[in-house]
Amino acid sequence: MSFINYSSREINVKLVYYGPGLCGKTTNLHYIYRKTNPEAKGKMISLATETERTLFFDFLPLALGEIRGFKTRFHLYTVPGQVFYDASRKLILKGVDGVVFVADSQVERMEANVESMDNLRVNLSEQGYDMDKIPFVVQYNKRDLPNVAPVPEMEKILNHRGLPSYEAVATTGVGVFDTLKNLAKQVLFELKKGH
Amino acid sequence: MPGSDLIMFEEEFGSVDQELQRLQAQSNARVVFLVDKNGQLIASAGEVLGLDTTSLASLTAGNIAATGGMAKLLGEKEFSVLFHEGEKDNIHISIVDQRIILVVIFDQRSSLGLVRLRVKKSAEALAKIFQSVSEKSRKEGSTGKVSVSPFAEITDEDIDNLFG
Repeated sequence: MSFINYSSREINVKLVYYGPGLCGKTTNLHYIYRKTNPEAKGKMISLATETERTLFFDFLPLALGEIRGFKTRFHLYTVPGQVFYDASRKLILKGVDGVVFVADSQVERMEANVESMDNLRVNLSEQGYDMDKIPFVVQYNKRDLPNVAPVPEMEKILNHRGLPSYEAVATTGVGVFDTLKNLAKQVLFELKKGH
Repeated sequence: MPGSDLIMFEEEFGSVDQELQRLQAQSNARVVFLVDKNGQLIASAGEVLGLDTTSLASLTAGNIAATGGMAKLLGEKEFSVLFHEGEKDNIHISIVDQRIILVVIFDQRSSLGLVRLRVKKSAEALAKIFQSVSEKSRKEGSTGKVSVSPFAEITDEDIDNLFG
């Protein structure tokens, strides 16, 4: 649910990074944070445990510029990936405008990817969203590791809609901005349709 | 998609702003702000300079969401008021009309009693304003008047420009 303020000429949209534990959601946000001009970003907030596992969410506000005279702000959130934080994940999906699903490319994490994708579908539908209709991007992360599953195989399992997907190495930034940009595009075009 | 987008027009924004300033003055608060339940800051009043209101808004919504989750587990509809007490500053958070979050930050110049009293009054006024906001959004949506939306003619290029 975006927020359009005609008085201050601002548009805010909420994007959520979803995926199994340790797939690299927070790493995506860290990279975006590092590579964005200081004046375009707010503070990045991480509600994490002492071992840097996300406990509730990470939050990164980005004000990238103007579209047709409207300041366009993207609020990026991650969810905690670990299975037992499901209650928190549901809360963060409230009012979401678009989702990035970050998949862990390692063969041994394929089951965790599928489980997280199923969980996303359930949690979205609990909020009244249809996963087959909302702006959505799949990112195949950790492509630099030796034991990764081939992309076509991952596509078959995780990308039923045949949406744009990106190979990524979030630690070095490969594919990170492509992913974000594509989702932003889908969300803004969705707004265009809606109005 | 569930719910509609929150669209705020000049007139209502002015009334919200006025109400927040009144609340801030009457309750002797440092800062007053309004957040929607998804964490977007709607408006603020008071000593906001140097305060990271965007982050505060997002954390406030997270806080309300977590508390709402707890309420559900207990069979409550919601906990409509939260209060955090600090050494110098205190935060009073309340839900207005089940959808907007009103946050008041105050120090020793005010008191919890005064804040509660004033918040109650302002909440009623704000609820009325937001009812008219959603009515207006609905009406303009159904008459197609919102087609003046800045997004109506958005292009690929506009979006590419954002990312430089």
